[in-house]
Amino acid sequence: MNRAVGQPVPLVDGIEKVTGKALYTADLDSRDALVGRILRAPVSHGRITHIDTSAAEALPGVVAIVTGDDCALTYGVIPIAMNEYPMARDRMRYRGEPIAAVAAVDAGTAQAALDLIDVEIEELPAVYTAAQSRAPDAPQLHDNKPGNLEREVHHTFGNVADGFAASDLVREEVFDCAEVNHAQMEPHAALAEYDAVRDRLTLHSVTQVPFYVHLMLARCLEMDSSQIRVVKPFVGGGFGARTETLNFEIIAALLARKAGGKVMMRLTREETFLTHRGRPNTQVRLKLGMTEAGGITAVECEAVMAGGGYAGYGLVTILYAGALLHGIYDVPNVKYDGYRVYTNQPPCGAMRGHGTVDVRHAFECLLDRMARELELDPFAVRRANLLSAPMFTANGLMVNSYGLGECLDKVENASGWAGRKGKLGPGRGLGMACSHYVSGAAKPVHWTGEPHAVVSMKLDFDGSVTVLTGASDIGQGSSTIVALAASEILGIPLARIRVVTNDSVITPKDNGSYSSRVTFMVGNAAIDAAKALREKLVAAAAKMLEVAPEDVECEGETFFLRGSSQSELTFHGVAIAALAAEGTITVKGTFSTPVEAQGGGHRGGAVGSTMGFSYGAQVVEVAVDPDTAQISIEKVWAALDCGFAINPLAVEGQIEGSVWMGMGQGLCEETHYIGGLPAHANLTDYRFPTIAESPPIDVQIVESIDPLGPFGAKEAGEGALSGFPPALANAVADALGLDLNFLPLTPDRVQEALTKLKRANRRKEAAG
Amino acid sequence: MSRIVSLTVNGRSVENVVSDNLLLVDFLRDGLALTGAKKGCDGGECGACTVLVDGRPRLSCITLAASCDGKSVDTIEGQARNGKLSALQKAFHENLGAQCGFCTPGMILAAEGLLRQIPDPSEEQIKTALGGNLCRCTGYVKIIKSVQIAAAEMRA
Repeated sequence: MNRAVGQPVPLVDGIEKVTGKALYTADLDSRDALVGRILRAPVSHGRITHIDTSAAEALPGVVAIVTGDDCALTYGVIPIAMNEYPMARDRMRYRGEPIAAVAAVDAGTAQAALDLIDVEIEELPAVYTAAQSRAPDAPQLHDNKPGNLEREVHHTFGNVADGFAASDLVREEVFDCAEVNHAQMEPHAALAEYDAVRDRLTLHSVTQVPFYVHLMLARCLEMDSSQIRVVKPFVGGGFGARTETLNFEIIAALLARKAGGKVMMRLTREETFLTHRGRPNTQVRLKLGMTEAGGITAVECEAVMAGGGYAGYGLVTILYAGALLHGIYDVPNVKYDGYRVYTNQPPCGAMRGHGTVDVRHAFECLLDRMARELELDPFAVRRANLLSAPMFTANGLMVNSYGLGECLDKVENASGWAGRKGKLGPGRGLGMACSHYVSGAAKPVHWTGEPHAVVSMKLDFDGSVTVLTGASDIGQGSSTIVALAASEILGIPLARIRVVTNDSVITPKDNGSYSSRVTFMVGNAAIDAAKALREKLVAAAAKMLEVAPEDVECEGETFFLRGSSQSELTFHGVAIAALAAEGTITVKGTFSTPVEAQGGGHRGGAVGSTMGFSYGAQVVEVAVDPDTAQISIEKVWAALDCGFAINPLAVEGQIEGSVWMGMGQGLCEETHYIGGLPAHANLTDYRFPTIAESPPIDVQIVESIDPLGPFGAKEAGEGALSGFPPALANAVADALGLDLNFLPLTPDRVQEALTKLKRANRRKEAAG
Repeated sequence: MSRIVSLTVNGRSVENVVSDNLLLVDFLRDGLALTGAKKGCDGGECGACTVLVDGRPRLSCITLAASCDGKSVDTIEGQARNGKLSALQKAFHENLGAQCGFCTPGMILAAEGLLRQIPDPSEEQIKTALGGNLCRCTGYVKIIKSVQIAAAEMRA
């Protein structure tokens, strides 16, 4: 019987959020701090021929100026692809790239100083699209990357020629999905403090990955990592924007060291957009083979991603697209070719559903169209291709639990699909799609051989339990998960537990919040730590009761002899007795991924590997305005197999949030550059749905109980996102009889496609 | 130019010298250390800085501090009284109306302004009142629910 987990619980740090007590980086006391501001590249591609900061330095109130000369070391999240400088040295590769920065007594002085920095730039020809970047005469962005090819991937599993030969229907389509941005509500900020006497640095930042930031600060500032402290305060959302060290974090630190003091750097919303790291524009050419019964016989896919000026997570993104393209279904023959290319725009990176969203969109759209041709129901065609766990996919990914079939049943019933599909009247439609996502990468990007997660717990004289974790709660509720794990195992209420997070001098190292790794990995480590603590308490209680430890039960803050209601001991009393033996008790729990979860042996095979996948199915109902082609979402039904819902309230919130973010990408979100100049860098032009146009979302939780997951849990925060855009496109096809091969489905684009369709129909009529 | 302004913030009288161009959000955050009002955009787009001025929701990032002379300003820090969360704070907390929490102070104050005018709002009225407050985490589902639950509790 579970006591704590499986019940809906408000977030353990929720009170701070509703009372305004939660301090985010920009809220930290900066009365004694200098103001940091960044000078940014005015061209998309250029060479710095001359830079003179003397006039700016002479301005009263300016304390420090740094340029590319202050850091000759690259940084980046992938050890083999670190090709970015905090500030451009000789070359700038996107408009908005930092080239210098100022620390001054106030914002006005800092801004005035930026205007006084004299930079001469030799402008170079630039490329903005993947096609321009891949053209034979394109300028080369990086000397070691001919053809601007950051990474190409060629994977074949099974035999696609045989697979297509065995099929009854083969179709091929090309999809174009726009670049999108996380647009987390909190703009970027960092507070850097340098202790010149001790040569020590403290950085507070908005990061999802304080450990990676720590590594890059040590590298770029050439400091011993023991002299650096990184703290993550409350963070106002991430969605992947902050899963790698970002330039402003290093720049703030460089400024603080040069100024010998404290620098607060608050980026504007425009600068936050310039820092980018969103999902790249992706072109997907997809070919599927299918039997009459709907079985998929072969998949051939080519994905091309326009990645921006630097590597970032790029090679992981292009690998994810191939690795997670097919493994949701039973597909024996797969060929994937991926090309990640450089362009003169802000670097792309990881964004919720990393690498999987655009290929899933193409796959689920084409699946629906082929089902229609074969006169199969969209649900039936998915059911014809289900996996049966446990198994390994064609590319060696381990699947231990698989609740997709149940997800299909749930949304089919809840949406009234059978009775309503195709019967909603003109301009209205239903569409569906499936999706999945990893519960953390089984091999971390920064391989050290250590356990994947460590959690410490402290029990002291006051009878309180302190959980120490480096897991970054960015709103998803990870601190609540570790508290619930401790509560469940120790049999104590949440009120007795405090969670201390993300201070490198206090909490154990954690790789960070990305690829939905935290619940699975840190949750398991928390269980392990709580079990170690429980063992000590049970031993102390057994001694007091003069019985064997295996006969001691602990429940509801009391310890007692199993089967007896006599001689109950209080939790605090047992804690004091346990302390008598060794003083303050500290325990540690760890989690390591099993070798068989770490993916196939092929090059890049580690990407996509995980201990357990979430699976989701979604139904979307749309109404399309016949005059404006504006699509409104009437309702969404979403089911997700998250293994087990440790906190069902948070699981619901994560599913609603990811469905809704998928809706933004499907309906209206896209970046827009004019000659590399972002025309979207504010929250009016980067349109994401407001409350007014957001639909009700019916959430169904499916629990397949993963054998390795903490209490059986898997991820819940990303898997539902990639189901929305294809379910939307399939619903629009149902409503309008129009198959659309682009994202987002903005009214102007849909209207244009409708007009073309009408013209073609008229021509057909005239000819007939 | 600077001037002396007298206003009430969360029920307390505040008198201060402010420059004519000082924004209310900076007056609150930098002057009074009331950092609950957030800056999520470069001006007037996201609603995270929403406070109540004389009981009405206002974007403090496009309101001059000097214009609040003689007025009453309520921020998120003043919503909990005597160790008790306001109905909206309690509902947002218990129903996960807040995930990352960054939009939450503005969202709660915009909703507070609504419920003071319309104690029993329809879903459409909630959507209209909160239409200028952006959230990136929740999909707004649990925000609407939180406001409805708080409204019911306030009416009870």
